[in-house]
Amino acid sequence: MPEKKLLLGDEAVALGALYAGLSGVYAYPGTPSTEITEFIQRHPLTRKRGIRSRWCANEKTAMEAALGMSYSGKRALVCMKHVGLNVCADAFVNAAITGVNGGLVVLAADDPSMHSSQNEQDSRFYGKFAMVPIFEPSNQQEAFDLVEEAFDQSETLKLPVLFRLVTRLAHSRADVSVPDAIREMNPFRPEEGRHWILLPAIARKQYQALLGKQGQLEAEAEKAASLEKIDGKGLGVIACGIAANYVKEAAPKGVSFLLKVTRYPLPRNKIRELAAVSDRILVVEDGQPFAEEQVAAFLGADYPVEGRLTGRLPRTGELNPDVVAAALGKIPNLTFEAIPDVASRPPALCKGCGHRDVYKALNDVLSEYPGARVFGDIGCYTLGALPPYQTIHTCVDMGASITMAKGAADAGQFPSIAVIGDSTFTHSGMTGLLDAVNDRANITLLISDNLTTAMTGGQDSAGTNRFEAICKGIGVEPEHIRVVVPQPANLPEITRILRDEIHYNGVSVIIARRECIQTLGRKLRKQKAEKG
Amino acid sequence: MKKDIILSGVGGQGILSIATVIGEAAIAAGLHLKQAEVHGMSQRGGDVQSHLRLSDKPIFSDLIPRGQADLIIAMEPMEALRYVQYLHPNAWIVTASEPFVNIPNYPDSATLKKNLDAFPNVVSRNIEALAKEASLPKSANMVLLGMAASHIAILTPEQLRAAIGRVFARKGERVVADNLKAFDLGRDAARQEIEPES
Repeated sequence: MPEKKLLLGDEAVALGALYAGLSGVYAYPGTPSTEITEFIQRHPLTRKRGIRSRWCANEKTAMEAALGMSYSGKRALVCMKHVGLNVCADAFVNAAITGVNGGLVVLAADDPSMHSSQNEQDSRFYGKFAMVPIFEPSNQQEAFDLVEEAFDQSETLKLPVLFRLVTRLAHSRADVSVPDAIREMNPFRPEEGRHWILLPAIARKQYQALLGKQGQLEAEAEKAASLEKIDGKGLGVIACGIAANYVKEAAPKGVSFLLKVTRYPLPRNKIRELAAVSDRILVVEDGQPFAEEQVAAFLGADYPVEGRLTGRLPRTGELNPDVVAAALGKIPNLTFEAIPDVASRPPALCKGCGHRDVYKALNDVLSEYPGARVFGDIGCYTLGALPPYQTIHTCVDMGASITMAKGAADAGQFPSIAVIGDSTFTHSGMTGLLDAVNDRANITLLISDNLTTAMTGGQDSAGTNRFEAICKGIGVEPEHIRVVVPQPANLPEITRILRDEIHYNGVSVIIARRECIQTLGRKLRKQKAEKG
Repeated sequence: MKKDIILSGVGGQGILSIATVIGEAAIAAGLHLKQAEVHGMSQRGGDVQSHLRLSDKPIFSDLIPRGQADLIIAMEPMEALRYVQYLHPNAWIVTASEPFVNIPNYPDSATLKKNLDAFPNVVSRNIEALAKEASLPKSANMVLLGMAASHIAILTPEQLRAAIGRVFARKGERVVADNLKAFDLGRDAARQEIEPES
């Protein structure tokens, strides 16, 4: 009998993948996608079946390893936040050219409104760019159900499938009906044939084959789109993924038909059908105006299409029931106004966090160098940009601290300091450090090592206990690899070492190592519980 | 019947365990449920909220539309006031009264009180003091849930008690008993505050 479970959107995807006969999940933690891999890691089936689930160094290594598993005939899932797709774009786009063997589902969790991100890029553009099918569930039940369909379709079409979530669905729980049947894993059956060798002559043929599949992709998406009759006349609504819920929540009276889209390419025939029975169309989609632009182009300049581009919906930020209701002409009925005395409460570094000691030491030393610049990176320590520290001057993308510090030093910046976390360093900092060493750039690199990927909740960090060896191997001179313990009592020692290494003309690395107090607290509580 | 609840507090205060108990009770009662949570960066001492929707019919939006929430359950008074636009005219605010001050421009207590008193239906109690007095320092959030129990309505206090039993079962009988005691304490505290006015 089907069982009801209360699952996050992320967990519904994870369970759906396990039930679809998954053999391996490959991922780097990133909000809002992290809980998918964590759920798989914890699930009893993972141990029972020997499903591969450890964290990867970054999204590119994850994508390539998943492609290798697919090559061998097995079903693989790759999970990342939207900007992770930038990191693995090379492998992702080319996986559409090689094609796949075992089902390959690439999950990208977009973060409209940038709750925990640097931009609100819409992953659907990547799917269209790579010319692969895109799935976008509207709720937790669909998230569960569509994963198996995505794997099936990946194997039928021999293409990777892009599976798009948004924060609101990833991090919202609902009751999901879960069936009894769990699909067996695929057998090990490596691919035959030379189409995996993307030499130009073969790649050209494969590209033609990919183009040849587009009609099939469209037909599949067309089958999945549903056109639902609503009471009114005039306005037709196209709602993509989670947007359909907000439209239904508003219970709009004036809408003629609702076209719910959960697959792409966009279902052109259904859109024409909708256009024929409506006199104008509103496109409601979370993220960027991906569908709106295409719908407006299909229907031509004379047909009125509205959405984020025309200002009917806000151009940026995630959708919510209020903005969608307003776009459908519903006037909100508010009793209470916002209270001006309520102050904003931004996040802050935890009390007792080692990053605090790193920034305290940096601020002390850099007060002696008015022109100093500190290039920051992605993690909890980005909060060093806010009061009381306000130490860092930049935060752009994973690993950019080192390479930007190097580029600035090339331009004459001194002191040029980079601050990066341990997990971000192994994700994308190491190769930049190699450039700096090869150029003998005059930079001081601080690796603030808290032995975990803290920002996303304390996942394993790929390089733990190997940072001195890694830096030495990359070619940093051993006497300029310094290790300190960031705690208040060590401030004099840390500031002395900082001054020395700033003075050294070349690449120096200071590893400030102390365990994250969140993971330490959890560990101690667990030990206490086991003893007691 | 439906119940739209906003849970709010400061990252680390344990609003998600309140949501877990209500969610467990709702699933056992066969209700539909949606619960939008906040994960990631804002958990580090910033403001956090969760939209919890319960209904005997399917629920569409994960988020509660403004002007439609029935109840705010807050671990902190300023965090209760942050979401008042979501409330309908007859809605309730059930909040801990003790401020969590981790920002320089936190409003003074008179300002907080004035703002809170402007609402018709408020239950505000010092849950930490109540929990400490009863030697249950770790169960302040269950005191708060107890205070809110009669306003959750779509679930009975007994259904919530049973859910506490299941949610905390793996932590042992003692933890279950403590949390049930805290829940009952909260129910009594809520009643006591209403009595002088009646």
